[in-house]
Amino acid sequence: MDFARAHVLVCGGTGCTSSGSVKLIEEFEKRLAENDLEKEVKIIKTGCFGLCALGPVVVIYPEGAFYSMVKVEDVEEIVKEHLLKGRIVKRLLYQETLENDNVKSLNEVDFYKKQRRIALRNCGVIDPENIEEYIGTDGYQAFGKALTEMTPEGVIEEIKKSGLRGRGGAGFPTGLKWMFTANANGENGKFVACNADEGDPGAFMDRSILEGDPHAVIEAMAIAAYAVGADQGYIYIRAEYPIAVQRLKIAIEQAKEYGLLGDNIFGTDFCFNLEIRLGAGAFVCGEETALMTSIEGFRGEPRPRPPFPANKGLWQKPTLLNNVETYANITQIILNGADWFTSIGTEKSKGTKVFALGGKIKNTGLVEIPMGTTLREIVEEIGGGIPNGKKFKAAQTGGPSGGCIPASLIDTAIDYDSLIAIGSMMGSGGLIVMDEDTCMVDIAKFFLEFTVDESCGKCTPCRVGTKRMLEILDRITKGNGTLADIDKLEELAEGIKSTALCGLGQTAPNPVLSTLRYFRDEYIAHVVDKKCPAGVCKALLSYKIDPEKCKGCSLCARQCPVNAISGEIKSPFTIDTAKCIKCGACESSCKFNAISKQ
Amino acid sequence: MKSLAELEAIKNKIKNQVEVRRESDSSTRIVVGMATCGIAAGARPVLAALVDEVGKRNLANVNVSQTGCIGMCRLEPIVEVFEPGKERVTYVKMTEEKARKIIAEHIVNGKVVTEFTIGAAE
Repeated sequence: MDFARAHVLVCGGTGCTSSGSVKLIEEFEKRLAENDLEKEVKIIKTGCFGLCALGPVVVIYPEGAFYSMVKVEDVEEIVKEHLLKGRIVKRLLYQETLENDNVKSLNEVDFYKKQRRIALRNCGVIDPENIEEYIGTDGYQAFGKALTEMTPEGVIEEIKKSGLRGRGGAGFPTGLKWMFTANANGENGKFVACNADEGDPGAFMDRSILEGDPHAVIEAMAIAAYAVGADQGYIYIRAEYPIAVQRLKIAIEQAKEYGLLGDNIFGTDFCFNLEIRLGAGAFVCGEETALMTSIEGFRGEPRPRPPFPANKGLWQKPTLLNNVETYANITQIILNGADWFTSIGTEKSKGTKVFALGGKIKNTGLVEIPMGTTLREIVEEIGGGIPNGKKFKAAQTGGPSGGCIPASLIDTAIDYDSLIAIGSMMGSGGLIVMDEDTCMVDIAKFFLEFTVDESCGKCTPCRVGTKRMLEILDRITKGNGTLADIDKLEELAEGIKSTALCGLGQTAPNPVLSTLRYFRDEYIAHVVDKKCPAGVCKALLSYKIDPEKCKGCSLCARQCPVNAISGEIKSPFTIDTAKCIKCGACESSCKFNAISKQ
Repeated sequence: MKSLAELEAIKNKIKNQVEVRRESDSSTRIVVGMATCGIAAGARPVLAALVDEVGKRNLANVNVSQTGCIGMCRLEPIVEVFEPGKERVTYVKMTEEKARKIIAEHIVNGKVVTEFTIGAAE
């Protein structure tokens, strides 16, 4: 690779790819060639920068200019102005980086200022399809160090000391898991595996790590294999992540080519091979025993634990299974030491956590924050607040297994234990922000619909119990619920929690329980007053025209798809509530704000 | 990969090329005036020569970038060198050969090529 004076980094994550970054790269190539710049300027397709809401993202170094929402038509201007003449195209910059007409460094922007990127350190920095770029940023150094300078016990000791806990959601101490697997009898072989079956609605951090820095996971798995005494690894990833799968395949091929996977690595006796297994996208396969059953080639159903995978995992042999983000932290702990890692975070939760920010928030995207950052900092500072001047109502963490954090607890410092204390959980890292227009009963119903769909059906509490809960919620949102229904919901929820076979079922009632805990009044409003306070549940809504405000223009009547609105021109119109399907078309068409829902 | 040394060799080969993307205050910046006046006076081959030399010599912590017109169009092509902690050096009426010499003398050996500077020209 020749020296290039400027690097054009184009985001190739799933978010920016879907907003057209591949076309941008083609256009850059064309325009650079036209201007004879192709030798001086290099184009690099990177992983996710995190600011997915502003994609496609293009960053140009050495200036570090951050261009957002770049269109194909803009490329010519960037090439001619910035790359040829050195004039940054200010109108295309992410406006937060502009201050009094001066270009600020990205690290000073609100979105990045409070972040600490460890798992995401290479995302948006290197070309994930080029192993040399990874090696150039200290890649495979930790592996080399572990193999040549450390004993397997030493590696495990370091991980234990670091206090790293599983990033997949449950937060089990990683070092302990490694120790259990290392201590298990491995005469007939051992395995390491990576859980990349990210299935929570709204979560995409594992995907982004694999897309932006696949070698970090491969290297960490090799270190883990050395530590526990395994020689074969599997990455279980869902087929719905085509870009991540593709980059992983390339990365594994390159690692083999460079002798970083295979036999006698670094001239030692250590041998390690890695294979990819594709999942068909069943949520339950993210549960560890179901995942392993699926790798073995059977239908992905969980089985009771113990025995834990550390003793009897894949093909009944000891297996170490960690999540993608957990692995992404390993190399940094080995390189910088456990003490460095423990200096970040809170007393019981060390390091950082990646969150996928979504829902009613300005900066939808991917953020990595030190443990102990408050929800307020994430939502208001990093996330840029709620759009359209709405009020923050709650945030949902942990997806269908988690719960919500109400506005009154927005100053909670986020770590594993504080979230559990308030009835939610860290989960894999989806963070969905909700504003005042969100109905909490409807949200609980949404997540329950998901778990009912995804229940594998092996155990009765989950298969039948969640279905009954959903039916009750459905009744409540349609205005047919009774107060006894709420009690029944709670009783069912507790029963399912304590009797379901696997994590999916045991945590499925959480969204209901936590919304009941913080928003019981909303449930009661649905049941007793037959009203949906947020105005979401259609069955409980009615639209009305205010005769004072109505000018009789007939616009709403013409918009109504079911002809439920009638009246005479220039006198107030009325809505026939029997015919009305509550689509809201009239409300949005009225120029005089005369129509409201109640 | 047979040894750590092999890994180190790849790392060193690639490091300077990835470095461009790390925002740091410790790097030397070589800036070429590339406004209309600069380009008309022949700044493109000068820039190309600088990039070529930096690449060939595998220089660490050196950025080459462009800037607009600094107002002395008659002295273009102008190249300025910013080293951390040192005063900037302004070279004027550059050519490809002069540019290569600057890399060899100034950037590599640390000796400012006084005869090409703006002080000598004025």
